[in-house]
Amino acid sequence: MENEKNHIIPYRNFLLVLTGLICLTLISVSVTQISLGTLTVAIALLIAVIKSSLVLRVFMHLKFENKIFSFAVIAVFLIISLVIFITLLDYLYR
Amino acid sequence: MSNQKDIVEPSYLEYKGKYKGIFSWILSTDHKRIALLYLFSILSFFVIGATLGLLMKFELIAPGKTIMDAQTYNAFFTLHGIVMIFAVVIPGLPAVFGNFLLPIMIGAKDVAFPKLNLFSWYLYVAGVSLVIVSQFAGDGPPDTGWTFYAPYSFRTAGTMLPAVFGAFVLGFSSILTGLNFLVTMHRMRAPGMTWLKMPLFPWTLYATGWVQLLATPVIGITLLMIVAERTLHIGFFDPSLGGDPLLYQHLFWTYSHPAVYIMILPAMGAISEIITTFSHKTIFGYKFMVASVLAIAFVGYFVWGHHMFTSGMSGTALYTFSLLTFLVAVPSSIKVFNWISTMHQGSIDLQTPFYWAMAFIFVFMIGGFSGLVLGSLAANVHLHNTHYVVAHFHFIVFGGTGFAFFGAMHYWYPKITGKMYDTKWANIGLVLFFVGFITLYGPMFYLGFKGMPRRYFDYDEVFHAGNIISTMGSWILYSGLAIIIINLFASLKGGAKAPADPWGGKTLEWTIPSPPPVENFDEIPLITKGPYDYK
Repeated sequence: MENEKNHIIPYRNFLLVLTGLICLTLISVSVTQISLGTLTVAIALLIAVIKSSLVLRVFMHLKFENKIFSFAVIAVFLIISLVIFITLLDYLYR
Repeated sequence: MSNQKDIVEPSYLEYKGKYKGIFSWILSTDHKRIALLYLFSILSFFVIGATLGLLMKFELIAPGKTIMDAQTYNAFFTLHGIVMIFAVVIPGLPAVFGNFLLPIMIGAKDVAFPKLNLFSWYLYVAGVSLVIVSQFAGDGPPDTGWTFYAPYSFRTAGTMLPAVFGAFVLGFSSILTGLNFLVTMHRMRAPGMTWLKMPLFPWTLYATGWVQLLATPVIGITLLMIVAERTLHIGFFDPSLGGDPLLYQHLFWTYSHPAVYIMILPAMGAISEIITTFSHKTIFGYKFMVASVLAIAFVGYFVWGHHMFTSGMSGTALYTFSLLTFLVAVPSSIKVFNWISTMHQGSIDLQTPFYWAMAFIFVFMIGGFSGLVLGSLAANVHLHNTHYVVAHFHFIVFGGTGFAFFGAMHYWYPKITGKMYDTKWANIGLVLFFVGFITLYGPMFYLGFKGMPRRYFDYDEVFHAGNIISTMGSWILYSGLAIIIINLFASLKGGAKAPADPWGGKTLEWTIPSPPPVENFDEIPLITKGPYDYK
């Protein structure tokens, strides 16, 4: 089966992703120093989404797997997003 | 389905493996033995939790101090809640009957990860031990209630951290069990068993598995946040540290409400199996039953805010959660209508498990309807934190899960033990249990309506009569429970030998001997028909 193949990823790609993750971490810390109101949470969540996508796709090999796994991850992501959205209905309208 | 009733292989009870004595149990990776490890652990904790409840009710037989002071009462209802919720009802049906029956019902020899399965049981025991240690260590037992509400949970002098960490470890046990079941159902169904040929009990375990996997990590993270707040003074929930107590309630209920569905969905699955077997009729609306299980699991994930209607949420959130709460009643009622329709024109065999299923429907309906009252925003303001809420959730959680657990126990007991039980004593136990249950929790609806708050060891004289009736109910219920447990244990020695299929069931577990052989099936069956083929 296609999803049982071994995928050799060059070290260079891993290093690039690692650098990207460190940069995004630094950005998410720096952004807290700027007063952006409710956008602060949105930006923090956006950066977290980009970081977790990188980890899932590259380190966890999701980009090489069967599409059903990507679908499952996206479905879970949507459920969690809905939970956060409903929670924000309290915080944004309180 | 191939009939394998004549296979002569050692049963899982006779086969010891490479270890002897107690080690043949606590080191076994056989799903059936692990199920029994869970059964005995859960029953032990259930008796502890029930005894705490009995003592609490005795305290409430009269106003003022009767047998314990206020602080002891606080510790008792906290331990009662933690033990009953985290150690009994959440793992109850999935860990015991799920472990024993899931592989057999889908035609597999074991779960996908047997060692992980045993590890889950060890985590379970470790988690409960931590909770129990917290009662005796440090500055006194926790007194926050099972919800550990902030900011009180990090200000109380009680020993919170072991209790909180215990619940965290129990959460991991739950996650691993859910994961194991999901992989088992995806990868190990017998040839020909398509998704829509899978029995309903495994379907409910499937939905439960997803809830365990997606919701439980939330409580894990939340409990760690409490630890960080208490030890490192990071302001997540404490207003004096810049935190928000409502955030704790959001996070806690994001898990703990779906946890109600971890309890109730497998209960509904077991009841579906019992009703179709004893009606000798194909379940009515199988596909709708499957869809309603998935819908309950899905919608149930988004209704947590109805526990917080009086906590100070925004109006928008209040309306949203109220609407979603009413929505979740729709798939639940589909199930009840389909159970009734299954019985309609069926050839009903009035046996003990069927009586349990009828009692389940009765108490679950009362629990469900009283839940709609609490889901209404205006009524909730009056009833929140009163005995009405205690009555409602005991009708759902104890009534739902407890009646289904004992129903399942009496249904699958011949399969698990290879013995039949004494029906007369089983029925007497059930009647006492049912009458005691209604007498114990019924008056609480009235007391709550009249304004008696929950979690108080004392009350006004006006509530005295209702509390006397309720306390007497606890004695009747406990007597019924004792008869049920003694009868089941006595039948282990004195019961008649059980045939492979004593009830005329059609699912795969009834095609193998009672008790099942070590590897369940000599040959993996080929499935050609639906699970409830009574034509």
